[in-house]
Amino acid sequence: MAENGIGARVRRKEDARFLVGKSTYTDDINRPGQAHAVFVRSPHAHATIKKVDISKALKAPGVVAVLTGANMLADKVNGLPAGWQIHSKDGSPMNEPPHIPLAPDKARYVGDHIAVVIAETRNQARDAAELVDVSYEPLKAVVNVAEADKGGAPQVHDQAPGNLCYDWHLGDKAAVDAALAKAAHVVKLDLVNNRLVPNAIEPRAGIGEYDAATDRYTLYTSSQNPHVIRLLMGAFVLGIPEHKLRVVSPDVGGGFGSKIFHYAEEAVLTWAAKKVGRPVKWTAERSESFLCDAHGRDHATHVELALDKDHKFTALKVSTKAAMGAYLSTFAPAIPTWLYGTLLAGVYTTPAVYVETKALFTNTSAVDAYRGAGRPEACYLLERVVERAAWQLGIDPVELRRKNVIPASAMPYQTPVALQYDCGDFGKNLNDAAKVVDWAGFAKRREESKKRGQLRGIGISHYIEACGIAPSAVVGALGGRAGLYESAEVRFHPTGSVTVFTGSHPHGQSNETTFAQIVADKLGIPIENVEIVHGDTDRIPFGMGTYGSRSLAVGGSALVKAIDKVIAKGKKIAAHQLEASEADIEFKDGVFRVAGTDKQKAIGEIALSAYVPHNFPHETTEPGLDESAFYDPKNFTFPSGCHIAEVEVDPETGTTKVLRFVAVDDFGNIINPMIVEGQVHGGITQGIGQALTENCVYDAQSGQLLTGSFMDYCMPKADDVPSFEVSTNVVPCTHNPLGVKGCGEAGTIGAAAAVINALLDALKPLGVKEFDMPASPHRVWQAIQNASRKAAD
Amino acid sequence: MYSFAYHKPTSVKDAAGAFAKGSEARYLAGGHTLLPSMRLRLSHPSDLVDLAGVAELKGIKVDGGTVTIGAMTPHGEVASNAAVAKAIPALAKLAGGIGDPQVRNRGTIGGSLANSDPAADYPAAVLGLGATIKTNKREIKADDYFKGLFETALEDGELITSVSFPVPEKAGYAKFANPASRYAIVGVFVAKTKGGVRVAVTGAGPCAFRQAAMEKALSGGFTADAVANVKHAASGLNSDLHASAEYRAHLVTVMAKRAVAAAS
Repeated sequence: MAENGIGARVRRKEDARFLVGKSTYTDDINRPGQAHAVFVRSPHAHATIKKVDISKALKAPGVVAVLTGANMLADKVNGLPAGWQIHSKDGSPMNEPPHIPLAPDKARYVGDHIAVVIAETRNQARDAAELVDVSYEPLKAVVNVAEADKGGAPQVHDQAPGNLCYDWHLGDKAAVDAALAKAAHVVKLDLVNNRLVPNAIEPRAGIGEYDAATDRYTLYTSSQNPHVIRLLMGAFVLGIPEHKLRVVSPDVGGGFGSKIFHYAEEAVLTWAAKKVGRPVKWTAERSESFLCDAHGRDHATHVELALDKDHKFTALKVSTKAAMGAYLSTFAPAIPTWLYGTLLAGVYTTPAVYVETKALFTNTSAVDAYRGAGRPEACYLLERVVERAAWQLGIDPVELRRKNVIPASAMPYQTPVALQYDCGDFGKNLNDAAKVVDWAGFAKRREESKKRGQLRGIGISHYIEACGIAPSAVVGALGGRAGLYESAEVRFHPTGSVTVFTGSHPHGQSNETTFAQIVADKLGIPIENVEIVHGDTDRIPFGMGTYGSRSLAVGGSALVKAIDKVIAKGKKIAAHQLEASEADIEFKDGVFRVAGTDKQKAIGEIALSAYVPHNFPHETTEPGLDESAFYDPKNFTFPSGCHIAEVEVDPETGTTKVLRFVAVDDFGNIINPMIVEGQVHGGITQGIGQALTENCVYDAQSGQLLTGSFMDYCMPKADDVPSFEVSTNVVPCTHNPLGVKGCGEAGTIGAAAAVINALLDALKPLGVKEFDMPASPHRVWQAIQNASRKAAD
Repeated sequence: MYSFAYHKPTSVKDAAGAFAKGSEARYLAGGHTLLPSMRLRLSHPSDLVDLAGVAELKGIKVDGGTVTIGAMTPHGEVASNAAVAKAIPALAKLAGGIGDPQVRNRGTIGGSLANSDPAADYPAAVLGLGATIKTNKREIKADDYFKGLFETALEDGELITSVSFPVPEKAGYAKFANPASRYAIVGVFVAKTKGGVRVAVTGAGPCAFRQAAMEKALSGGFTADAVANVKHAASGLNSDLHASAEYRAHLVTVMAKRAVAAAS
C-alpha cells in the first residue's frame, strides 16, 4: 500500500481550509452590485390567495422590486419538475400538480412562497416584506399522512382527488396472500416512521446573476448537484439553454439529501436577477430552513410477516402511506417506492414480498430523500417486525435471523422485489456483531442494571441497502427522468501534477481526499500533486452529484476509468520512446517499463513529452494527457451490516440512554478507513437522533410547524450517543473497478431499528409492546403508564 | 432586527437614566432571550441599555452567612467560584448546569431573574433558598418576586443590582432537562434552612413556585423517602410538546426525591 494510497488513513486535505474558517460557502460570495432578496411566506397552512398588494412595499426605503406569482405567470415561468415518474397499480401515471415557484393562487403549507422583495440591504428587504399585504382566505389543512386519504380530508390540490399522488405496488400479491393464509404464524405491526428535518449546518443560500452583454446567467447555490439544478431549472422551469447558464456550488456545509433538490428560491433568484438587472442574493434563516427544506421519512405502515412452523419467513406484506408534502420535490416520488419497496426482502430468504405505497399530498413542507432515503424506512419496519416475531414466538432474535438469512453461497441472489444482490456475507455480519457485543453475556449486564433500578435492553438491526442507484437504463425503465452515471476528467499537467474534475460534489464526504488517494495510488504520484475540482458547471464535465452513497462507487469508478485511459495513452507514448511494442509496456508505481528490462520512463517524463511532443508517436496519438470518462454502473452496490444497540431506560423519568452501539458493516473495499469511520459515526448519530430525539410536528388543526427551532426540534447531541464500536467485514463489490459499495448512509439506515428494538426489549418487563419513534422521555414514560394502566384493567 | 438606539452606560444611575429616556427601552444583560426575539422581530425596543459596562453590577461576595452575586455575574463564574461551591454547593452546581459553556459565559443571574422564563434554573434557587433580590430602588423577598409567566415584581425600569442568598444547612437541586433546549422541564430546589425547609419548583408552572406539602414532609425528616410519595397535582401545570402536565407533576416528585438525595 502506498503511503497515501488506497487503504491509508490519510488526513483530510480539505481540512486545511475548513478547520481555519477559510472555506467558501455560498453566503461567503458577494457579487458587485448585488441586491438582497427576502421571501414573503404564507403564515397559513392552506389558504386561497385573494390579493397581493405590493404598493406599500414598493415605496419602502431601498426597495428595488417586489415580484409575485402573477409576474411569474406573465413571464411564462413553469413549475418545478419532479425528476421521477411513478405509475399507479392501474398503470396511470402519478398526479403531478404544477408547482410555480411563487404561488399565484393558493398557499399550500406554512412557509409557501408568495412574493419576493428585493432591496439594497437584507434588512430593508425584510422591512418591506412586512409591508406586502396578502389577503388570504384560510382553508382547513391536512398535515397527518394517515388522515390525508380519508373522505372529507381537505384537498391540497384540486387536480389530486383524495390527495393521491399515486398508489404504487411491487411484488406478487397472490403469492403473499396465499402464504399468509397458510402460515403457521403471522406477526402484525403498525408503525409510524417519524418526519425529520434535515438541518444541514449551512442553510441553503443562493445568488442569481445575469449578464446582459453575453445573455448569460449564473446561479450560485448550496447544492449537492449543480448540473442537475442547471438541467432542471434551465430546461424545465426558466427555459435557459445550458450554454447560457452556469451553476456554481462552492463548499457545501452538509445536505443529507436536502440539497439535492431544485428549490423555488433558486429559480426565483435566477429569474429575478434578469428582471432587476442586478445580482440577487438570499440566504435562508434557520427558521426558513425548518419550514421550507424538504423533510424526510413520514410514513404510516401496516406490516404482516408470515412464518412456517420452523420459523422460516414465508411472506411479507407491507402497506404504507407516504407523505409527499404540499408539492412534489425533485426525487420525492422515487423514495417510498423504488428506494423502499425493493429493500423489503432485506437480508432474508423470504420468498414472497408484496408492498403497496400510497403517496399523499399534505399541507406541509415537501418530503424527499433524507440520509438513507427509503432504505431506513424499509430497514426499520423489517427489523421491527422480525424482532416482534422473535418475541411473539419466544425465540432468540439472533437465532431467528440466522435461520432466515441469505447465505453467502447463494450470491448472486435474486430477491422477489426486483433487486439482485451481487455479494455479501450477512450471516458473518450478524455473528461478528453478536460476538463484539457479547450477546451471551447480556443477561448478566441486564441484572447489573436492574440492581441500579434501570431497565436494560438489547436490540439488533440487520440491514442491507442499495447504493449508487443504477444502471441508467434500469432507472429509466422504473420512471427515472435522469441518467445516473458519473463523470471524471483527469488532467495530467506537463510538470507532473494532476487536476481531477469530478461530477461528484461532496458536502462533507471528504472526496477531495479519497479521490486524491485513488489518483496517487493508481498513477504513483504524491498526493500533494493532486487537486480535486468539483461543483462548477463551467469547469467540470456533466455530473450527477453526491447523494445515495454514490460518490465513490460511481464517481470513483469514473475516475478509475479516466485514470486507466491516461495510463493506456502513457503506454503508447512510452512504447514509442522506449522503442518497444506497446504490449510489452508495464505500468507500476508511476513508472512505465519494458517488461523484463530496465528500460523505463517515469510518468512525469511521459506527461512532459505529451505537452512538449518532440519525441512522440504523432502518427497514432494526439498530444496532451487529459482524459475523461463517464461510468454507468452495471448494478446497484449493496452495503450491508449488523448493528446492535444496548440501552438503559430510567423507568422513573422515561429517559433512554444508549450505552453501547456495535456496528459491523460491509462497505466493500475501503479507500480511507478513518473517513469511513467518520461517516459511520455521523450516520449512526442521525439514526439515534431519529430513534430518540428528532420529531417534526405540525399542529393537526392549524397546520403550523410546532417544531420550528432547535428549542423544540431536538437534534442529537454529543452526550446523547456512546463511543461507537465499529468494524468492517469486507466483501468487495463484484462489478465496479474499486470493489467499493458506499458508506455514507449505512449508519442512519441501520441505527434506528437497533435502538428501538433495544428499547422495547428493556420495556418488556413492563408490558410495553407498541412504540413509535422518537423515544423521548415523555413518550417512553407515557408508554409505561399506558402499559401499566392496561395491566391494571 | 429592527433598528434601535444603543447605550452603554458605566453606572447603575446612568443605566436607569438611559432607560427612562427611551419610549420602549430594554436593559440588555446576557441577551439570550432578548437578542433572538429581536432577530426574529418579535421584540422591538426603542433603546437597548447594555449593562456590560457597569462594573458595580458584577462580582461575587461570600461573607458570614450570605452569598451575594452581582446581577451581571455570568453563570460560569458562579459555577466555578470556590467560595460559592463551599458555601452553597447546590447553587454552584445549578449555575454549572445552565445551557452550555457559551451560554454560561454570557448569561447572567440578573438577566435570568428579570426575564423569569418559566423553565429557567435560577428562579428555583432564589425561591428555594429564600434569597433577597436587590434592585436600584429596593429589596424584594423571593417569595414576593415571581408573579406569573414572564412576570415579576419588578417595576418598569427597575434594575436588579444583586441577589443575596442566605447559606442553608443543606441544599440540593435536581433538574430534568428538556432534551432539545436543555432548559428545565422540571427543576426542584430543596433547602434545609434556619427558617425551615423550602422546596421550590421551576419549569412545571408559569413561574417558579414553592411546594408546601413537600416542605411539610421534609420538615419531619430531610430524606428522599419523605417526599417519595408526595404527589403534585397536574392542574395548572404547563403542558406542551415535550411534557404533559401529568408528566411534569410526576417529575416534580421524582426530582424532589433526587434533589434531597443530592443535597449537601
